[in-house]
Parts: sequence; structure tokens; C-alpha cells
Amino acid sequence: MSEQSPKERRIILKYADDPAYSNRIDCYLRVGGYQNLKKAFAMKPEEVGEEVLKSGVRGRGGAGFPAGMKWKFLDRKSGKPIYLICNADESEPGTFKDRQIMYKDPHQLIEGMMISAYAIGASQAFIYIRAEFHEGARILNRAISEAKDKGFCGNNILGSDFSCDLVVHRGAGAYICGEETGLIESLEGKRPNPRIKPPYFPAVLGLYQCPTIVNNVETLCNVRHIIEMGGEEFSKIGKPNNTGTRIWCVSGQVMKPGYYEFECGALTLGQMIFDVCGGLRPGRSLKAVIPGGSSAKVLRADERFSGTLKDGTAFDWGLGDIPLDFDGPMSAGSMSGSGGIIVMDDTVDIVQAMANINAFYAHESCGQCTPCREGSLWMRKITQRMCSGGARKEDADLLLSVAKQIEGRTICAFGEAAAWPTQSFVTKFKDDFINKASETAENRDPKSLQLI
Amino acid sequence: MSATVKMENLLKLSAETLAKIDEVVPKYPQKRSAALMVIHLVQDELGAVDDTACEWIAKRLELQPINIKELITFYPMLRENPWGRKHVRVCRTLPCALRGSYGTCKTFEKMLGVKEGHVREDGEYSLEFMECLADCGQGPVVIVDEKTYENIEGERATKFAELLLDGKLDGVEEFKSYEDSLNQQIPKQ
Repeated sequence: MSEQSPKERRIILKYADDPAYSNRIDCYLRVGGYQNLKKAFAMKPEEVGEEVLKSGVRGRGGAGFPAGMKWKFLDRKSGKPIYLICNADESEPGTFKDRQIMYKDPHQLIEGMMISAYAIGASQAFIYIRAEFHEGARILNRAISEAKDKGFCGNNILGSDFSCDLVVHRGAGAYICGEETGLIESLEGKRPNPRIKPPYFPAVLGLYQCPTIVNNVETLCNVRHIIEMGGEEFSKIGKPNNTGTRIWCVSGQVMKPGYYEFECGALTLGQMIFDVCGGLRPGRSLKAVIPGGSSAKVLRADERFSGTLKDGTAFDWGLGDIPLDFDGPMSAGSMSGSGGIIVMDDTVDIVQAMANINAFYAHESCGQCTPCREGSLWMRKITQRMCSGGARKEDADLLLSVAKQIEGRTICAFGEAAAWPTQSFVTKFKDDFINKASETAENRDPKSLQLI
Repeated sequence: MSATVKMENLLKLSAETLAKIDEVVPKYPQKRSAALMVIHLVQDELGAVDDTACEWIAKRLELQPINIKELITFYPMLRENPWGRKHVRVCRTLPCALRGSYGTCKTFEKMLGVKEGHVREDGEYSLEFMECLADCGQGPVVIVDEKTYENIEGERATKFAELLLDGKLDGVEEFKSYEDSLNQQIPKQ
């Protein structure tokens, strides 16, 4: 459990760590649970969708696409069944927020899903949960049966003629199932090879070639709060175009790693690391931060970021000045992704960190597209060799060339996710990569931790 | 194998597993969608899904054995050979590595007497270095069978392995699992 920071504004995780709260339905009902389902059912489905659109809520899974807009793309004229899928595959390295919701407050997700299913007209919904969450799947199944007993899920919800069944589906340890079309293939019982785009959104052709909405756990929970507050009120939380709260997951070399929920833009990356997370270990200095899960481009501690924001204002930030919302890390050339902030101090051998990340992507590439399958493998091999005493001066450029041949040449965004770390690490820490060639057992930094 | 072979002669599964399979399959609009869930149920009982089990599952879902085999060989958590009686997973990915998970894995290799990715000769323990287990704030993260343990590093890793080897891990407060720390009680009125 993370120690709660006094400055947090917890909406999604309001009760999660309350010692008097449990993941059973009685607790949820006591704090107003399923009241918003009733409120939504008194509205027309389109009106619910309208509130979500007005709220401006952006997807919490990584891409940050407006959820209300995604719902708008739904093909309602096809006459085919519509499906709702909750992406609970949480597997972006550095992210551990959805786990807290599902294990500690599962009914919030179920309420959010039933409201969403009503809005989009789905009579069948799925929660695709990663298989490592053994107990999480059990908790969700128990919560679903509790909700069914009380008429909040399943047949004739709240006595209406609207029914929606909810099924918990377990993955089997593959990162690619987080990609929405890979997830759909997996749910169809196939290998999770992502689908060729277009169609760009499963809202047109998704599960069984039917219109399908795939949303992240945190996004679906937000729907419940949007109905409670109204889309307009919700949009006042945070900043324009960056509405609501976000659960930031901080890991790596800080004193108090953990999950912290803040209004979007309420604090900077520096405040998060040095204030909320208690800073670095004594005597250490900051080397690099990955702001949005391992796929996001790395930020160097001494970098300056300047340019013009969407609203026209000029900015000139140091790493610590980057606002924590969707647009801040994006303006700094990276992304807030899934909210996983990975902090590295000066003891980190940056080439080893790179090798660690490359090993992840090489392991997780589905193998469908040659540039990604072969490229991720070679980036792993090269960085691993560099860390085993075989580094050469030309390896930095070789890595960049491999990464460049992956980006934009694959069916899904995994290609970019695998290429961006290499591109940013090698470009921003080129000296570290070049100097690796002259490293010997004698001059190696004795402080550095083994990462590969 | 000919199509006339009866399901029960192909593979023996417990009545409990069979009942669970019968419950899970109709939940899906299409039978094939139940493949992963049925594989999990079979693997939970048998420890692995060999060719015979593949054939059985395929028959049950009206598919070809290759449709099941291609899943077993793709997903990291599906197995053609069983892990040990106690399966220990250590997270390898960057956030856990930054907190010392490579050291944890080495300690376990030495103390449990098994190389990473392998099963000990007596079948008692197996050790796996896994990719991100989504609990990065409390790394290094270790999963033993189905329970998640946090901050298993340095001296704590040694102590953890000792308790595990002695079968005394359960109930030790300092190594209370993430799952056991949850409040799952029905509240009193």
C-alpha cells in the first residue's frame, strides 16, 4: 500500500486504502455505490454518452484518446450486437494502478461498466484481465455475482428491460494483449496478433467483426464519476483538455515509490519526485526519468524543453517543471502514457537500463511484423553484448539505425513502443553508449546495479 | 487419433474441472473464445497442456488441435511441461531491476538449487524470471504460486527463501502477501 500524500485528490481511489472499507458490495453500497447506475438508467443512453463527451475524459490506458469520441465512432446502424470490453491487461512496465482498483474497489469498475454498456447499447461485456492477477479475477467474479444478486448486472438491470452480462476473461502473460485489436483476437481464442488498420477503431469492426468499445479500467471507473458530477462539472477538474484526476505510478529509485492520484496538472514532475515521493536516496542525484511507462521516451535530468503549448503560450521547462497531465510530457517530447513514472538516479548504468528495456520488447513482440520481430531481437542482442564487455563505438549508431527501421513499419504501435526507448536513450545519452566501448573491469562504476 | 475416440478415454480430468469447463464455455457467444479459459482450467489441474490435452480441448471446443497448440506455444504462462510443485516467479523488468531483482533471482537460484527458467531435479521448485508483474511500486516483486510478495531484495530475499524452503512462509507478518493484506470481509452492520 502507498502512503497517501496529503495533497492528493482521490476520486477513483477514494476508498481503496480506507481500513474500514473492503471489496465487498455492502461497503460499496454504504458509500453511495450503484446510485449512479440508477441515475444513468433514468437518462437516455445518448444522454449518458453526451455527458462522457462533455467531460472530456481521455483514455487512461496509454494513448489518451477522448473516451466520449471513441464511443461516437460506434457503428450503431449495422444491426450487429455491440460489445464492451474492459482492458485490464495492465502490463506496461511501471504501471500498477488498475490493480489497486480491481483488488480493492471492484464494484466501482462494475458500476462504470454497466453505465457504459447502457450508453453504448452493449448486452455483453468482458473484463480482459492479465493472468498474473489470479486473486483479482476471483475478486471480480465474486463482485459480479454480488452485483447480479442485487440486480445491478446481468438480466433486467434495476428491473428495466436492459440486460448486460459481464464475463471475466483471463489472459496468459502476453503484453501484446494490451493492444486493443490484439486483445480482441485473444478474446476470440486466437493468437493475439494485432489487426491491420483501417478500420482504426474496433468501434466499427471489433469482436467477431461487430462494433466493440475497448476502454481501460480507470477510464471506465471515471464514467461512474462523470454521471455523478455531470460531464460539465467533471470537466472542471484538472485543466482544459486534461480533465479529471490521474493515478500516477512512481517506481524506481525514489524514497517513497507508489500510486498517487492527483488532479491533472496539479503538480509538476519535480514536485512528484522530490515532494510527494520523498526525493532520491541520500547522496544521490537524478539521472533520468521515463514519464509514461517503459514505451515512453526517456527524459534526461539536465535537459531543457522549450516550445509553444497548444494554447499558444511559450514554455521553457527543466525536467522538474513538466506539468503532470496528458499534454505536459507530450510537449516535452515524450508522453504520459499509462502514468508509469520510472525514476533512475546516478548509480544507473544507462546502457544496462536500455538493455533491460530491450529484453522486455524482444520477449513481448508478437512476431507478426518482420521489422519489429527482428529489430527488437537485434536491439536486445546488441545492448546485451555491450553490457557483457563487447561494446564498440559504432554500436550507438547501429542501434539508432535498427530502431529507425522499426518505427512506422508495423501493424500496431508496439513497433514505436519498442523503438522509442532506444531512439531516446541513445540520442540523449550518446556519450554513455560510446564510452561503454572503453569500459573495463577496472574502470566500471562499482555502485552500478545489475540490470541485465 | 480417430474422431470416434470418446472424450473420457482421451484425457482424465476431475469432475470439478469438467464442471467448471461446462460452466465457462456457454458464457461466450462463440465456443472458440473460451479456449484460454479452458486451457487455464486444464493446466491448473494437470500442470501442463500436452498434445493429448490439446486434442481433448480442441474436441471440446469443436476446433483443430493446432488451434490450441498455437496458443500454448505463444502465451508465456501456458505450458507444455509442468513447473515444479512450488513455482517461484521474480519480476525482471526495469522498475523491479532498479530495486535489485537480478540479485533476488541469483539468491533464489543458489538457495532453491535451481537455475532460472528450470525445474529442480526433484520437481519441488521451479524458478522463472518474468516480465513486469504490475506491482512496480513495491519491487522487487515475487509471486509464489498465486501469491504476490513485495520488496523481496537483499537480506529479505535470503530470509524469504529460507522460510519458503522450510515451508513456513504462510503467516509470517513481515512477508504478508499483497493478496493477504487486502480487506475482503463483509462489513459488520
